[in-house]
Amino acid sequence: MSSKTKRKPKIAVFKFASCDGCQLSLLDAEDELLAIVGEVELAYFPEATRAALRGPYDIGLVEGSITTHHDAQRIQQVRRQCKTLVTLGACATAGGIQALRNWKDVDEFVRVVYASPQFISTLKLSTPISEHVPVDFELRGCPISKAHLLELLSATLIGRKPNIPAHSVCLECKRRGQVCVLVARGEPCLGPVTQAGCGALCPGFDRGCFGCFGPVAGANTAALTAQLLALGQKDYQLARLFRGFNAWSWPFRKASEECEKR
Amino acid sequence: MTTASASRTIRVETLARVEGEGALYIKLAGEHVTDVKLSIYEPPRMFEAFLRGRHFSEVPDITARICGICPFAYQMSSVHALEAALGVTIDPAVRLLRRLFYCGEWIESHALHIYMLHAPDFLGFQDAVAMAAQHRELVERALRLKKVGNTLMVVLGGREIHPISATVGGFYKTPRKQQLTALVPELEWALEAALQTVEFTSKLEFPDFEQDYIFVALHHPQEYPLNEGRIVSSSGLDIRAAEYEEHFVESHVKHSNALHSTLRGRGSYLVGPLARFSLDYEQLPREAQQAAVAAGLKPPVKNPFRSIVVRAVELVFACAEALRLIREYEPPAASRVEVAAGPGVGHAATEAPRGLLYHRYLLDDHGLVRAAKIVPPTAQNQKRIEDDLREYAARLSGWPLADATWKCEQAVRNYDPCISCATHFLKVTIEQERP
Ligand code: SF4
Ligand code: SF4
Repeated sequence: MSSKTKRKPKIAVFKFASCDGCQLSLLDAEDELLAIVGEVELAYFPEATRAALRGPYDIGLVEGSITTHHDAQRIQQVRRQCKTLVTLGACATAGGIQALRNWKDVDEFVRVVYASPQFISTLKLSTPISEHVPVDFELRGCPISKAHLLELLSATLIGRKPNIPAHSVCLECKRRGQVCVLVARGEPCLGPVTQAGCGALCPGFDRGCFGCFGPVAGANTAALTAQLLALGQKDYQLARLFRGFNAWSWPFRKASEECEKR
Repeated sequence: MTTASASRTIRVETLARVEGEGALYIKLAGEHVTDVKLSIYEPPRMFEAFLRGRHFSEVPDITARICGICPFAYQMSSVHALEAALGVTIDPAVRLLRRLFYCGEWIESHALHIYMLHAPDFLGFQDAVAMAAQHRELVERALRLKKVGNTLMVVLGGREIHPISATVGGFYKTPRKQQLTALVPELEWALEAALQTVEFTSKLEFPDFEQDYIFVALHHPQEYPLNEGRIVSSSGLDIRAAEYEEHFVESHVKHSNALHSTLRGRGSYLVGPLARFSLDYEQLPREAQQAAVAAGLKPPVKNPFRSIVVRAVELVFACAEALRLIREYEPPAASRVEVAAGPGVGHAATEAPRGLLYHRYLLDDHGLVRAAKIVPPTAQNQKRIEDDLREYAARLSGWPLADATWKCEQAVRNYDPCISCATHFLKVTIEQERP
């Protein structure tokens, strides 16, 4: 009944440098999709619709990192059009896998990939959205968790804070009763310093965590590094381990640089 | 315009319902198309550069991030290429599991494209949501089909986007038989739904438009191609993946961040469902062949708009193949073989839902990547899409602007282009000079 009297909130999905995986999570919510679109208006979502309604939008979901001059300007416009701005995933929240360029000479990178580098215009750094504009909420993960996205949308629509876990992957692992690959098998695992969200997938598949959800608050990377070195890992291996999909997030970045320097 | 003719311009700011972002520019003078440019201005992400220096065991987790729509295809092309580089022979049961995993990705991706991205064009809707208001059963079928594919991926890989189980030499962990047989009832439903999908798509209206394509796909004598095979073409090519670079050239054009591929001395070519169907029809299982016949499809299919029907036939194949593989599945003795680091060069091509995907790696003595090359399907089709539009747009000269534009967008969507793969953002501009 209220849907007749009340205007449906407008949602927009914007894409920057990324793989499309995070926005696909919305279409992958097969059981919930039709219910969601009954409650909101997908005003702008090029991956799903030709229709493009003008802003302002109630919620803007941003996927991808900033890697070009043009995108650095576009994100400013996007921010102005959105009441609430939420980043989706490791690219938008931490610069993504493409931030691996940040330690390298980008011009050389372009020469490796492209025959005519003069046609390519790109920034030296791949940076998260929050380095450019204020962000209201950041959803972690590479990719994000569908459950988090649904929680975020419903919470924002009724005006409460989304309830997203802020503990480490280790805790999820324990909760699922999984054997710790680090303690039991001495395998490198970033679980202790990574934020929960995946349900501790990798240890369940007999492998260490490589940090999709980025650093957990208060991540003690120094202690983990010391432990992994004691287990026989080499500095250069650990530098690579911290340099994954959330490499540019401050704790992982610092940890990788320290390992590299030693 | 300085010429005597007035110009007509059609602009669509964003071409929707494709994976990623790009622009299309078409210029017409009367009935002649004078310029077609498909520009992919998705920012370059430079995987080939930052793969250098990474250990081979890290590569599949990284290449998955090229594309959220078909991460497993990226994982597999890299895994196969690295196994070739390191001389690894895998357990046959692992090979079958990989095929099963592919079936999951094909089901998910084809169901998404057929119903949610492509069908709205044929039925005249802006999107699947608008379509759902009048054809709810279609969208519900799409979502359930997609979910069957995704569930298969979750069981095998932990999650549907960027799964975490695949590795060089096998899987970190393989499923128990019972986990797979639990999926059989839903897959049986999916096979029925896929047959209905063929029927539904075959009744859509197709423009009368045929092209003389050079098809390129993998070919395997006993099976419809997913994991491996020789690279063959409708113009007589028949090579190993390792010979790919002797026959296919990539060039860099100013208007695009994706490289253009051509077949040496032959120009553009086409990869994807039409190519596979046309070159590998004999390898399709009986159900899929029967469905194709009933839908009036005979290889070669030269009308790109009919790709939606061919995708549906491939959906039948993927469901039937998944059922067969599950019935035959016996867990391997070990989920993977130990792989020792070492130097080598390896090439591989596999069939992503959108077409042939080629990878090459050069490894040093420590198993670190010294060079990587990745040629995604959309980059290979990019020039062919332009060629289609050059022909097709010319036929639309008398059409109202908005309709012509929508038709051209649809012609691009025939390819299910994944611009994230090729690197993303599709914008359509048609300029037409009027007499
Ligand atoms: S965060 Fe990961 S899943 Fe999301 S767009 Fe980026 S690469 Fe894709
Ligand atoms: S790498 Fe870590 S965060 Fe990512 S899926 Fe595995 S356990 Fe989860």
